[in-house]
Amino acid sequence: MTLALSAADRAALIARHRAAIDGSLRTRLVTIAVIAGLAGLFLYGVASLEASLWKILAGFANLGSFVALMLPPDPGSLARAVIFVKALFETIAIAFLGTVLAAALAFPLGFLAARNVVANRVVHFFARRSLDTVRGVDALIWALIWINVVGLGPFAGMLAIMTSDLGAFGKLFSEAIEAADRKPVEGVASVGGGRAHEIRFGLIPQVLPVIASQVLYYIESNTRSSTIIGIVGAGGIGLHLAETIRTLEWQQVSFLILLILAAVTAIDFLSNRLRFAIIGKRAN
Amino acid sequence: MTLAIDRNAPAIAAHADRYRRQMAARRLRTLLGALVFLACVVLAAFGAEVDPAKFAQNLWRFPKYIYETLPTLRLSSLGADLAEWYWGLKGWLKLLWQTVLIAYVGTVLGAAGGFLLCFTAAANLGRSAWARWATRRFLEFCRTVPEIVFALIFVIAFGLGPLPGVLAIAIHTMGAMGKLFSEVVENIDMKPVDGLTATGAGWWQTIRFAVVPQVLSNFASYALLRFEINVRGASIMGFVGAGGIGQDLIEAIRKFYFTDVSAILLLIIVTVMLIDFATERLRHALLSLEHGK
Repeated sequence: MTLALSAADRAALIARHRAAIDGSLRTRLVTIAVIAGLAGLFLYGVASLEASLWKILAGFANLGSFVALMLPPDPGSLARAVIFVKALFETIAIAFLGTVLAAALAFPLGFLAARNVVANRVVHFFARRSLDTVRGVDALIWALIWINVVGLGPFAGMLAIMTSDLGAFGKLFSEAIEAADRKPVEGVASVGGGRAHEIRFGLIPQVLPVIASQVLYYIESNTRSSTIIGIVGAGGIGLHLAETIRTLEWQQVSFLILLILAAVTAIDFLSNRLRFAIIGKRAN
Repeated sequence: MTLAIDRNAPAIAAHADRYRRQMAARRLRTLLGALVFLACVVLAAFGAEVDPAKFAQNLWRFPKYIYETLPTLRLSSLGADLAEWYWGLKGWLKLLWQTVLIAYVGTVLGAAGGFLLCFTAAANLGRSAWARWATRRFLEFCRTVPEIVFALIFVIAFGLGPLPGVLAIAIHTMGAMGKLFSEVVENIDMKPVDGLTATGAGWWQTIRFAVVPQVLSNFASYALLRFEINVRGASIMGFVGAGGIGQDLIEAIRKFYFTDVSAILLLIIVTVMLIDFATERLRHALLSLEHGK
């Protein structure tokens, strides 16, 4: 059997089921309006970049020559390579310690901001909003502020990572605590446990694996943020990266970028393995 | 009723002994883990040049700094005080608008790039294993190099201004969205794809009519989420000369214009919160659109 459909049949079919094919006029108009609005804003944004086609082309030509100059990656000398690797270690140390300290400080804060632990609405509201405010300030800005306190160097960077993560952890932890099962808590209460016992034996065993996996994830993501914290002078490999880019040492730039890529990949791998061991399943 | 257990009964004693041994082994493992962790902390503390003495000695500067950024607002002359605090409001709002535009254009460009690449990177649609591998590594590179590093390089290539900021954000967004999008594509229902393949549709036709309708609302939701992240990112692009409000902020911090710091930071935080709120509403609407059908 063949399926024969003449052009006339097809036109008749389309005419009969116009509504099903086109959808409602209102949906179409809304879709068109939204797309036009988004595209209009995009065009306006591009126009306000003050970028002529000539400037863009020249920029890409520059970029091409930079990439050509980057090959092959080369630290310059062995002494430079040692300095870079040391800075990389500093970067990882900043990320690790900053995250761990933030988690330790955010742990009690998380309970304070959790609705099922502290029922007081005022405390809850202020705990949440202040965490939001801390979270709203970028780590790079915190680094600039901490430099005023402890001076230039990785210590300021570590404190910056710690501060900006405090807000994020407080929020995540309190959400984990709010999502915890009530039953173990009630069980502890029913055998005569006090409020502290309820938290220690009813809540903490439930939330600890979730928190551990989030901390690991943040160590990963902070390794990325702490690579740039040196741009403002707060320690780590970012200082060398910014310096070599500004002095146009392109081979060293590509060496540094490769070093960062390798470190981030290694830490991703490690933390994935650890997370797998902690929560028993691959969480990505 | 009392429950009498004879601890010395041989069956129970054997169980108790086994329990004790297993608990001891577990405790040893936990202890070992804690030791390794502590060693890492100490090593990291050396690496980060942690100095508790210096910290304790200088900690007072932190609240002092925060305190100094606070403006003097008197109830009797609130209007004038506010006007003095926000003396540069007109210029800052202009820069803030530029920041949002940088984030928006960067997000659109990056999402478009991620959209084009995600189908090649998805395991269930990718045409060749080689192209899939190459696309995935490329996306990984784009999202691992921090956007401000791209911005530093682009500022030298394109000159100062918002253009390098937009490009840096676009590249980073492309890397992050390409991965998220390809994960969405890998989770689609393959039946429509099989159906279109059976009618003899080509690769692009299959994607247009079998894949895109399934993934579009998810893609839009991710793009909105990314837009919010990019506004935060764009607010610091000015630190390296790549446009936006960051250039005024870093100047205020570096030159100790304390009240300007708090004024600009407050503007950024409020903007980010507003955008956070709006995009969350939109995302919920999008998701309910998908599930409500």
